Amino acid sequence: MKPTLVVIGNGMVGQNFLAGFVQTAAAADYHIVTFCEEPRPAYDRVHLSEFFSGKTAADLSLVEDGFFQQHNITLHLGDRAAAIDRDAKTVTSAKGVSIHYDKLVLATGSYPFMPPVPGHDRDNCLVYRTIEDLEAMTAAAQTGKVGVVVGGGLLGLEAAKALKDLGLETHVVEFAPRLMAVQIDEGGGAVLRRKIEALGVTVHTNKNTTQIIGGSTCVNKMCFADGEELETDVVLFSAGIRPRDDIARACGLEIGQRGGIVINNHCQTSDPDIYAIGECALWNGMIFGLVAPGYAMARTVIAELTSGEAHFTGADMSTKLKLMGVDVASIGDAHARTQGALVYHYQNGASEVYKRLVVSSDNKRLLGAVLVGDAAEYGTLLQYCQNGIELPENPESLILPRLSGEPAGLGPDALPASAQICSCYDVSKGAICDAVAAGCTTVNALKAETKAGTGCGGCVPLLKSVLNCELAKHGYEVNTDICEHFAYTRQDLYNLIRIGEIKTFAELLAKHGKGHGCEICKPAVGSILASHWNDYILKQEHLGLQDTNDTFLANMQKDGTYSVVPRIAGGEITPDGLIAIGQVGKKYNLYTKITGGQRIDLFGARLEQLPAIWQELVDAGFETGHAYGKSLRTVKSCVGSTWCRFGVDDSVGLAIELENRYKGLRAPHKIKFGVSGCTRECAEAQGKDVGVIATENGWSLYVCGNGGMKPRHADLFATGLDKATLIKYIDRFLIFYVRTADRLQRTSVWVENMEGGLDYLKSVVIDDKLGLSDELEAQMARVVDTYQCEWKTTIENEDKLKRFRQFVNSDLPDDNIVFVEERGQIRPANEDERKHFKIMEVA
Amino acid sequence: MVWFDVCSVDDLQPDSGICALVQEQQIAVFYFASSQNVYALSNFDPFGQANVLSRGLIGDINGQPIVASPLYKQHFNLLTGQCLEDADVRIPAYAAQIVNGRVQVSW
Ligand code: SRM
Ligand SMILES: Cc1cc2nc3c(=O)[nH]c(=O)nc-3n(C[C@H](O)[C@H](O)[C@H](O)COP(=O)(O)OP(=O)(O)OC[C@H]3O[C@@H](n4cnc5c(N)ncnc54)[C@H](O)[C@@H]3O)c2cc1C
Ligand code: SF4
Ligand code: FES
Repeated sequence: MKPTLVVIGNGMVGQNFLAGFVQTAAAADYHIVTFCEEPRPAYDRVHLSEFFSGKTAADLSLVEDGFFQQHNITLHLGDRAAAIDRDAKTVTSAKGVSIHYDKLVLATGSYPFMPPVPGHDRDNCLVYRTIEDLEAMTAAAQTGKVGVVVGGGLLGLEAAKALKDLGLETHVVEFAPRLMAVQIDEGGGAVLRRKIEALGVTVHTNKNTTQIIGGSTCVNKMCFADGEELETDVVLFSAGIRPRDDIARACGLEIGQRGGIVINNHCQTSDPDIYAIGECALWNGMIFGLVAPGYAMARTVIAELTSGEAHFTGADMSTKLKLMGVDVASIGDAHARTQGALVYHYQNGASEVYKRLVVSSDNKRLLGAVLVGDAAEYGTLLQYCQNGIELPENPESLILPRLSGEPAGLGPDALPASAQICSCYDVSKGAICDAVAAGCTTVNALKAETKAGTGCGGCVPLLKSVLNCELAKHGYEVNTDICEHFAYTRQDLYNLIRIGEIKTFAELLAKHGKGHGCEICKPAVGSILASHWNDYILKQEHLGLQDTNDTFLANMQKDGTYSVVPRIAGGEITPDGLIAIGQVGKKYNLYTKITGGQRIDLFGARLEQLPAIWQELVDAGFETGHAYGKSLRTVKSCVGSTWCRFGVDDSVGLAIELENRYKGLRAPHKIKFGVSGCTRECAEAQGKDVGVIATENGWSLYVCGNGGMKPRHADLFATGLDKATLIKYIDRFLIFYVRTADRLQRTSVWVENMEGGLDYLKSVVIDDKLGLSDELEAQMARVVDTYQCEWKTTIENEDKLKRFRQFVNSDLPDDNIVFVEERGQIRPANEDERKHFKIMEVA
Repeated sequence: MVWFDVCSVDDLQPDSGICALVQEQQIAVFYFASSQNVYALSNFDPFGQANVLSRGLIGDINGQPIVASPLYKQHFNLLTGQCLEDADVRIPAYAAQIVNGRVQVSW
């Protein structure tokens, strides 16, 4: 019989251990069993907060489909290991499973510490560690208005952001005199505090909570030692973690004075057959509350079991985070505790940036650093610190602003091959170079191949610069030209057109391109010209630029016929409107269908029929629905407060207003909106490029959602908006997208590729970081003011109608178009039917 | 060589295509305004099995004049009818010229 390896705890580190162990040859020699107390296997706790911006439990999972089956691992899901009998060598679970082990790995993690304040177990007193905790928070936030986080550390601030995003008035209460006391010094803490407060979170330091009692305006009231009080609905404790050493303690393993399962350099506990890894383990008197050290412990045990030589020798506690949009980083000996350490400070009051370097007494080695407000140098400084690279003569130059714009510091070339680039997955520069040489030419490919960058994400900028440097060495050129006719990106072309006031493709080609153009650059330029100048799309000089759908203002179907989609803003239509569409459908014998966008599509129109059909629709009061354009499609709505018993606001009214405002806006790709009247979300707004949901406190705005091929849940962008602010943000958002996205890039892909991502987008749209908002709004106003229904313009223009015929020299129809009847309507005949069946008379 | 009359130059769409019925054949005629060149191909897209090529976007790729099918975007050389994506596919191409303001094709 094979020996049995039991792993208790399937959290981040337990799973990392399993995933690494099954890659080794030794894995086949063991029968592997794991106990997972939570209702789901391991998920990414580091990115837990993204649950609030739409990530699901499935998105956060760290376990590939079929992992346990594939590797013959017995998983006891939702079952806690309750006791270990070290003499009999068995583990017994809460559900009564009893298993013999030969080797045992404890990866039980930690639990959030609840200060023993009277009242800490009242309603809505919560913690922040598991998906269930987050669900409880969401539920509590739904009925509450105020939220308090107890603890101003790293996690506490992350939790505060979550409360803020849930729409609560948010406070942070910290016992120490400053925020993030463990990682950053006083100066950094002060800057951080101002930044966090500027975001609308109230920070209370030096505050000692004495009890929590019932409130009068809120569910709870917190009482402090200084006699002050604070009413709040939700209390979230984030006062540190405590190792889960209960079962280890009960079976007599050595436990640290203040908790934690004592391990040696092999990660062995006081029982040589039992290992402990991750946050439950105490090494050299230290608990490591980060994943990277846990992963290093996992690697050590894997080496132990496969008879390799490995030692855990401590781990780097450097961290880089974006807390509520504020960059914060701490490296090494941030508090300058090393004997003789020298300290350099840089502080810029105006832009609220604080940096501190801690260097050795001989000024040659970097010992630590603190960065608040701007952590761009994190990667470089970490490399100096970890690799003992000699500092430049004036170490302060590393943190002083670089006025010339030249990036200072270490190029990736200065790093030795052994330099660790990704500490989460222990990936060295050498491994990355090898992967590039083997054909990985993008950051995504590198992530897939080496796992670097897929943990906390902090190393991605450095990863990217190593990649670019290596690509250049291999003679790759990173070609971003749109096509052979223009050596520019779409964004370049946009700027050339805007700044050069270029109005036609011919002019752009003459000034900046070559050849005649093609089906890539022509529609892209056509779209930019239309976005920026908003001319009539069929103007002679633009006509040849458009795809067939745009040139004929209809969507070409498989047989060369077209579909007709009148705009039905917000999905609201009168009975007369329905009758009018029905009459057109009947008269021209068109196939009619309700689309996925809450409107009606009429299929099977011949090219030469389009003007007559549209004449009737325009006469009946309809406008073009732009179903053919890279432009606003539909604003889907739910019925909202007008009729629905749960509705909080008039979603239909807003949807119609938004659809009418943005209709006709040409963009890099199509744009879809949704507006829901309450959080039940019947309009699926969180799957749209722009989603709006009514709440008691105003509109919540979501952006960059997508259905289609690669669905993406929209990100929460802003909450509690009045209509004017909502529209202002959407104006800016859309024009910024129009100006900067790549061709045929939906907002979802655009934001995913954006440096700085959602936070950057917020800083541009909400905080006006680029000082562009007036310009963006003005551009949108121009588009709104110059709207025209393209079909109305077209049918009023004899000359334009000339093109709507099959033949220039004949009135005959295209005899290749053949319909048959199915379920009482027409459809294109298939090949067999063309040959064998009776063919319907063409209309 | 017999030249068939198709239409007036004014019926052409600059930097785009039109379709004409010539000898019961659907002929797509493309016009490059800057060079005043005309090209003629069969209007039938062999991939989509529909008469639509006159409604494709035109331009050049590696110096060859091309049309991209509006259905599935294959490219056809306007001089030879050769499909750029599939060496086995070549559609009929016709000679085309402008004489005294009239467009003519021949085969
Ligand atoms: C007609 C309709 C299907 C229906 O019968 O319901 C439809 C039909 C087409 N869709 Fe769609 N889509 C339709 C709703 C949708 C929806 C649902 C929605 O809007 O709520 C989606 C998913 C939502 C989204 O876009 O995020 C959708 C995602 C796509 C995609 C994938 C986009 C993506 O980002 O992955 C494509 C392909 C593309 O755009 O490149 C596509 C492309 C197409 C094209 C243009 C394919 C083509 O090139 O022929 C079809 C044109 C049909 C026509 O002639 O009108 N259609 N399509 C729907 C028209 C809605 C409308 O009233 O305008
Ligand atoms: C919101 C949040 C943000 C964070 N951000 C970062 C960050 O940015 N960077 C960083 O490095 N770290 C971060 N961390 C910390 C990181 O998540 C932890 O370091 C990591 O999860 C530790 O892994 P672990 O496996 O030791 O513990 P866990 O992931 O907690 O896993 C332990 C598992 O064991 C289970 N278990 C316990 N006892 C038993 C038993 N007796 N039987 C069966 N199962 C049991 C538990 O239910 C749990 O599922 C963050 C943590 C949180 C909560
Ligand atoms: S899902 Fe595919 S087949 Fe259906 S309408 Fe959309 S694009 Fe066409
Ligand atoms: S360092 Fe965390 S992902 Fe690379």
